[in-house]
Amino acid sequence: MEINTFGKKIYTGIDGISGPILVVKGVKDVCYGERVKVITPDGVRRTAQVLAVNEEQAVIQVFQGTFGLDKGNTKIIFETKPIELGVTTKMLGRTLNALGDPIDGGPPPVAEKYLNIYGNPINPCSREYPRDFIQTGISVIDGMNTVVRGQKLPIFSGAGLPHNMLTSQIIRQARLLDDKEKFIIIFAAMGIKNDEASYFQRSFEETGVLNNVVFFLNLANDPPIERLIVPHSALTLAEYLAFEKDMHVLVILTDMTNYCEALREVSGAREEIPSRKGYPGYLYSNLAMIYERTGRIKGINGSITQIPILTMPNDDITHPIPDLTGYITEGQIVLSRELNSLGIYPPVTVLPSLSRLMKDGIGEGRTREDHPHLSSQLYGSYAYVSNARSLASVIGEEELSELDKDYIKFGEGFEKEFINQDFNENRDIEQTLNMGWKILRNLPDSELTRVTTKEIEKYRYSE
Amino acid sequence: MNKEIKEGKIISISGPVVLAELPGVRMRDLVMIGETELIGEVIEFRKEKVVIQVFEETLGLKPGEKVFSTNNPLSVELGPGMVGKTFDGIQRPLQVFQEHGAFISPLKGIKALSREKEWEFNPEVKVGDAVQENSILGNVKESELITTRILVPPGISGKIKKIKSKGKYTIEEPVAEIETDSGITSVKMYQVWPIRQPRHFIKRVFSNDQLITGTRVLDFLFPIKRGGVAAIPGGFVAGKTMLQHSLAKWIAADIIIYVGCGERGNEMTQVLEEFPQLIDPRSGRPLIERTILIANTSNMPVTARESSIYTGITIAEYFRDMGYDVAIMADSTSRWAEALREISGRLEEIPAEEGFPSYLASRLAEFYERAGLMEVHPGRLGSITAIGAVSPQGGDFSEPVTQNTKRFIRAFWALDKNLAGARHFPAISWLESYSEYIDEVKDWWHVNYRKDWLSYRMKAVEIFQKDQKLQQIVKLVGPDALPDDERLILLIADLLKVAFLQQNAFDDIDMYCTPEKQIKMFELIMKFFDESEKSLQDGVPFHQIQGMEILSSLKRMKIEYRNDQLPELDTLGDKMVKDFQNIKEFGL
Repeated sequence: MEINTFGKKIYTGIDGISGPILVVKGVKDVCYGERVKVITPDGVRRTAQVLAVNEEQAVIQVFQGTFGLDKGNTKIIFETKPIELGVTTKMLGRTLNALGDPIDGGPPPVAEKYLNIYGNPINPCSREYPRDFIQTGISVIDGMNTVVRGQKLPIFSGAGLPHNMLTSQIIRQARLLDDKEKFIIIFAAMGIKNDEASYFQRSFEETGVLNNVVFFLNLANDPPIERLIVPHSALTLAEYLAFEKDMHVLVILTDMTNYCEALREVSGAREEIPSRKGYPGYLYSNLAMIYERTGRIKGINGSITQIPILTMPNDDITHPIPDLTGYITEGQIVLSRELNSLGIYPPVTVLPSLSRLMKDGIGEGRTREDHPHLSSQLYGSYAYVSNARSLASVIGEEELSELDKDYIKFGEGFEKEFINQDFNENRDIEQTLNMGWKILRNLPDSELTRVTTKEIEKYRYSE
Repeated sequence: MNKEIKEGKIISISGPVVLAELPGVRMRDLVMIGETELIGEVIEFRKEKVVIQVFEETLGLKPGEKVFSTNNPLSVELGPGMVGKTFDGIQRPLQVFQEHGAFISPLKGIKALSREKEWEFNPEVKVGDAVQENSILGNVKESELITTRILVPPGISGKIKKIKSKGKYTIEEPVAEIETDSGITSVKMYQVWPIRQPRHFIKRVFSNDQLITGTRVLDFLFPIKRGGVAAIPGGFVAGKTMLQHSLAKWIAADIIIYVGCGERGNEMTQVLEEFPQLIDPRSGRPLIERTILIANTSNMPVTARESSIYTGITIAEYFRDMGYDVAIMADSTSRWAEALREISGRLEEIPAEEGFPSYLASRLAEFYERAGLMEVHPGRLGSITAIGAVSPQGGDFSEPVTQNTKRFIRAFWALDKNLAGARHFPAISWLESYSEYIDEVKDWWHVNYRKDWLSYRMKAVEIFQKDQKLQQIVKLVGPDALPDDERLILLIADLLKVAFLQQNAFDDIDMYCTPEKQIKMFELIMKFFDESEKSLQDGVPFHQIQGMEILSSLKRMKIEYRNDQLPELDTLGDKMVKDFQNIKEFGL
């Protein structure tokens, strides 16, 4: 051990390597969770963190991987502080790596403050319940699964489905009803393809939001372990901008599946006892530390809204990643391969989708008085459509009763007109609701039991 | 007893688990760790060392930092100052933490109950009275709804030597002195009790009292008893939390302990915002005045999530000992089980099913068995009704938490994802749910509401079973192919589902339904059934019955008639009879 000019302890040599994990023996005064610099024999610096420590040894995970490290010449520097992110409003418009260092060729932004990237939980008593409707201009979201400011609403997708398109449409169109303020967007990419990254960069440029975006980028060919800090860094900046600088922050995390894979990799390397499908037992708590960093705080104007995107392995919604996510987030928007193959965009399948905070963000004074009943009616009627369809597939559509035929017609209209819309089409909430009423005209009055007679009179045939 | 403080040092740290050298401590002792005095609990002895689970964030701890024992097990403070408040899983007062910032960070020396606040104490005993454990010494009126009774702590009996007169005192001031066999003991307004140890009672008592929840499908089809235990399993869109909130609002208990265990922060906020405004239908007072919240959200330390269930039930027992009917809601016990699994994994224990520790079942039993109706003091009864939500992975009820929970509960309120998808709320499956209390509460219904409730209830069950069979046929051939009497069963089953089982928790009228209204509504539907059967026999075609206007009135009666408008419902019934006469005579 030697002491460097900054008074930090430098150890030379390591005692074991397994995957992304190092073991260093004979260490003293090391904190749990402390930040570590690892210097490869070639002189390259990497960032690492203490995962476990006892009096003889420290277990360290190296975020950029252990490739090229050796036992004799690798240097380890303990930095006596947790992993921190230097935060500043100047990060807007920049592209950064997991640790907040710029990778866009520009100079590093000067930090106003350094914050522990894992943060602290918000006191439930200090939270303010989210109620402000965000208009995305997408009927199936605004009408059926409304997003409110301060909500965490993931998109459950699958490989090959247009979740990136949907996300970029949301980013372009999202706004509050009666004010024009834009969102600040923090885009945290974990293990995404180079093509996807450039797709988003281009779409930010084209829509002119680039200066309001912070891009945390970890590509598919970057070290997987680095993914483990991307969402924490992104949310640390989000908390700073929202709760100290009064901004409205929309955080997009993509793809959470890659994050969980990285977590499983580290857990395996540490020989931890696995729970479901080899994921560590703490997957739920770990995901909660990400998703729960959303919301509003009493007395502060800013807010954090999260849209995590995850691709369900094998389109399986019961897989641990979507399953545990769904238990933490306030609903989910589920994309369906079936609708996609019918050419319907966005292919949001309505029945398993849900926005838990919707009920408090819609209705009179927020969207329109008929919205709660109308969306419930559309849900109920559309749920019946699948019954009619399965009956039709057995006895043939001709044999259906008149009512069931009406339902089939309603179902088609709902999918082709209400759900389906153009990538560039921005429907306001009035248009969305009127369209819902229009499609309900396929059904007789007597079937509309979830809306009041007054609402039927007022909206059913108005244009 | 050796009361000297024992000190030791940290050996290693891994997440919330710390290994330390701390000679002389006992299993489950509360310990303080490191410079910031993080709170932890001894959970295992490993050779010369002890394993400690830490209830706060351990980032920044170092091997070699000091650890000391408090010589006491992890306990809660029980006394005035809990009603309407929010605590975390180890009873730290979150409203007090709020004054130190919106984010929770470790803070030294904050007590659960305020030491400064003065409470108006009303004595109820006089010098010379003989008292024993759980005898009432006096009371403090905490809210319009709840009077906290000051009890003689467990293990103490004797004669009152001194009692404070009516006046304002802090909880640290002794209010009574009791002369016991072993000397004089002074009693304060609060007691300290270890959370993992059930509080004393004399015996369990049998009763057949139903606990009304105000939710029709539960009260009428799958009832729960005062002092009963129930579980609500359901996947993540099925509406567990909504149902738990509904129960917490309307269940006919004196005090509600709501344990938000590893769930969403915004849900706790919703309770905190809503309950002060909602009015209890029985007392006319804000619901928050009878509610205590334990909030340990999913991102708060996992170890405190594990203890939150015990903290909740210990507080429940304390109010039970005063003679109250307490209901405790745990949302969700799966998160709690996962906390067990997470800690067990850190301890490198050999896992049983799906990675859960092998002691999962016994821990669940320990929790649910603390519920019940008990005699707590000669002649004084108190009860705890426990309702646990279960979040099965992937909505699959065959997983270990659901299956083991089923062994210890007696009412099973299964939530069905498909019902929730069709927006049928509460999404309680009438086929999968059950209640073992039906036979016990039948007398209560028979005496109070309707002499033949049990057979009346069976009618609904039969209709649903026939409906299920017929639905299979309908899927193949369509409903038109069925004979009229079978189509009528389908119609009545649908009517029961829409008009009776579905209940809108957001509707001002429908959110709470009295047993009187439940019976009345059910009677009207059955009346419709009888009249329809008669009409069919008289040759009225089925499509005329299906097209009757009265059907939509029946479907709307839950939202159009308040609990106090039962006579108007009778009028609706008279109109129905007339309508049937009309179609028979004029074919209308």
